[in-house]
Amino acid sequence: MRRGHRLGAAALAVTAMLAALAACGSGGSGNGGGGSQGKTKIVIGTFGEFGYEPLYAEYEKLHPDIDIVARVTKAEDHHKNLAAHLATNQGSADIEAIEEGWIGQFKAQPDKFVNLLDLGAGDLKSQWPEWKWQTSVSKDGKQIGLGTDVGGMAMCYRTDLFKKAGLPTDRDQVSALWNDWDSYIATGKKFAAAKVPGAAFFDGPTVMYRAILGQADVGLYDTSDNVVVESNPSVRGAFDKTIEAINAGLSAKIIAWSPDWNAGFQKGSFATIACPAWMLAQIQDLAKDSAGKWDVAKIPGGTGNWGGSFLTIPKQSKHQKEAFALAKWLTSPEQQAKVFRGAGLFPSTLTLYKDPVITDFKSPFFNNAPVGKIFSDSVATMKPQYLGPKAGDINTAIINGLTRVEQGKQSPDQAWQQAVSEIKQIV
Amino acid sequence: MPGPAPLKEFDVKSWLYRADVKASPYLYISPFFLVFGALGVFPLLYTAWVSLHKWSLLSEQHTFVGIDNYTHLLHDSFFWNALGNTVSIWVLSTVPQLVLALLLAHILNNRLRGETIWRTGLLLPNLASVAAVAIIFGQLFGRDFGLINWVLGLAGGGHIDWHAGTATSQLAISIMIIWRWTGYNALIYLAAMQAVPDSLHEAAIIDGASSLQRLRKITIPAIRPTIIFTVIVSTIGGMQVFTEPLLFGAGSNSLTGGSDRQFQTLSLYLYEVGFGRYDFGYASATAWMMFLVIALAAIGNYLLTRRIRRAG
Repeated sequence: MRRGHRLGAAALAVTAMLAALAACGSGGSGNGGGGSQGKTKIVIGTFGEFGYEPLYAEYEKLHPDIDIVARVTKAEDHHKNLAAHLATNQGSADIEAIEEGWIGQFKAQPDKFVNLLDLGAGDLKSQWPEWKWQTSVSKDGKQIGLGTDVGGMAMCYRTDLFKKAGLPTDRDQVSALWNDWDSYIATGKKFAAAKVPGAAFFDGPTVMYRAILGQADVGLYDTSDNVVVESNPSVRGAFDKTIEAINAGLSAKIIAWSPDWNAGFQKGSFATIACPAWMLAQIQDLAKDSAGKWDVAKIPGGTGNWGGSFLTIPKQSKHQKEAFALAKWLTSPEQQAKVFRGAGLFPSTLTLYKDPVITDFKSPFFNNAPVGKIFSDSVATMKPQYLGPKAGDINTAIINGLTRVEQGKQSPDQAWQQAVSEIKQIV
Repeated sequence: MPGPAPLKEFDVKSWLYRADVKASPYLYISPFFLVFGALGVFPLLYTAWVSLHKWSLLSEQHTFVGIDNYTHLLHDSFFWNALGNTVSIWVLSTVPQLVLALLLAHILNNRLRGETIWRTGLLLPNLASVAAVAIIFGQLFGRDFGLINWVLGLAGGGHIDWHAGTATSQLAISIMIIWRWTGYNALIYLAAMQAVPDSLHEAAIIDGASSLQRLRKITIPAIRPTIIFTVIVSTIGGMQVFTEPLLFGAGSNSLTGGSDRQFQTLSLYLYEVGFGRYDFGYASATAWMMFLVIALAAIGNYLLTRRIRRAG
């Protein structure tokens, strides 16, 4: 029996192995049918911090037949996983959040998502500014997402450095310094003339270029998903305006999100940076000791947005109606106000921009700047700009071009030519 | 009729016995091959299949395009740029790394106080996760607030923008690789050196040979197979360098490996295509080309070192 036993053991081991592999293959599907005790299970996939946890509990109390399951990952992983789940037609949640930077890619596949207009989203349209609503509309006119938060756009500046340079420090006076980008650069020249040691006027090309481009009616794409980088003067305009600021010696020549950039907020390497609402949280985090040194003024040009998300419903969801009801509730003004108070995400609904919850909100870290009002103003009147599928990669190519000029590798024209040819290679 | 029945039983037993002897070893090693088949061979073949398609992760349609992805790749300047960077980073990192490892091993091969501590210490850089090493070195090489530029400043030198230049960025990345792998290779050399007969060294010492002469004339010829092994292993590793350039370029252009792709390696380009642009067909073709390059490099290595061995 001993020998037979050994043979059997080996066979058993192999079988167990195979079974384990098979189990790996069949697991992982998120769309369960009925949940526990006959409840409908709604899976919602978000990334980073949405501030939704307390709202889930509240919703479950209001709707005892609904069981909400939350899946939270990092932004990059979340969108990568979503792409894979859509490709294989299985495994996605009933509600999937999508960030603005990725929405162009995903709305290029509108058939993977429920057209929310079919579920009555059209009645909600007036809730958001026109541009926010348009951002998640596909080129064939389907609405795939309901807006959650927005980024808005303001200009953060260091009062201590402005004082050293002999510039005004009061935020209204500072806002008056730059009605447009030309006067922003002119102010920068004054700042540079004062030669404040160790400090440049702005951080580097990335943020400035994005802020200027974001204000244009047409960006990198036209509404039929054609890349118009070469033919649209706004893109070259944003590039040239940034070059102008660089050539005037105003840039700290720091690559955004690099270690030098992170340290620069704390050490005052730069006096201004265009900042969406989410960047305030980042500055507060990176430069804890600089409380009171940073303040917030209006962005040149007055409007702008960078960032913000949408709640979508993949077509593979088995509970589309229930999911829509939840998404609608989560993005309503009342809930967005709660999210703003809880997690600080800036709301995307128009009524809140007149609500004291927002308009009276001041940030102690930023010298009690009325950031609620500043960001509301920046997004309320913004023009819609169509975002195409590869906007992220195209922007990287253009920003790399600006960086090459800054690093002294190329002339602006050479950098632009290379960026254009790289974009052709990517698209 | 007592004859046939026991005979039959004996037959079964002997068959089982023979089957056991013949089949069991295969069964015992089969788990590795099954797992390798599922996680190694299958993805490899599937990647080859995907590489023959226009295959976006976001699209339903996967059109068969034959070898289009490959011909496109051969005309792709980004690909050749990445290949060039990979090779130069490999040379910059491997040559000093193996020379240093040899010297370290030679020193540690002498009798030292607390030799176990020294030998264990060699492995410590290798134990730290590559991500941690890359993040720390990324900060050391910072332009404005990096430690290295600070020291250069104290010595009266100017600040170097390590990320901007082709040579400086590749040097910085190579230093990370050297830091992680020198000790590991030194330990492998040390193990081989211990097998070199002491009598050879003693004879050389009596003849008045210096330490370096002994390293060159006795140790290196004796451990040549081990050196060949480390060269091949670090070639395969060097062709796949990924985390170091990715994290070194932390910032808005991390996938392109610098503003002019000056430190984008093959793996990083593969990642940019696959997970930045979701273009799986093209990424798969890149992966297969990379496989080919590594195989060619390994074969080239083998032939070269065989010639050296013969010449030796």
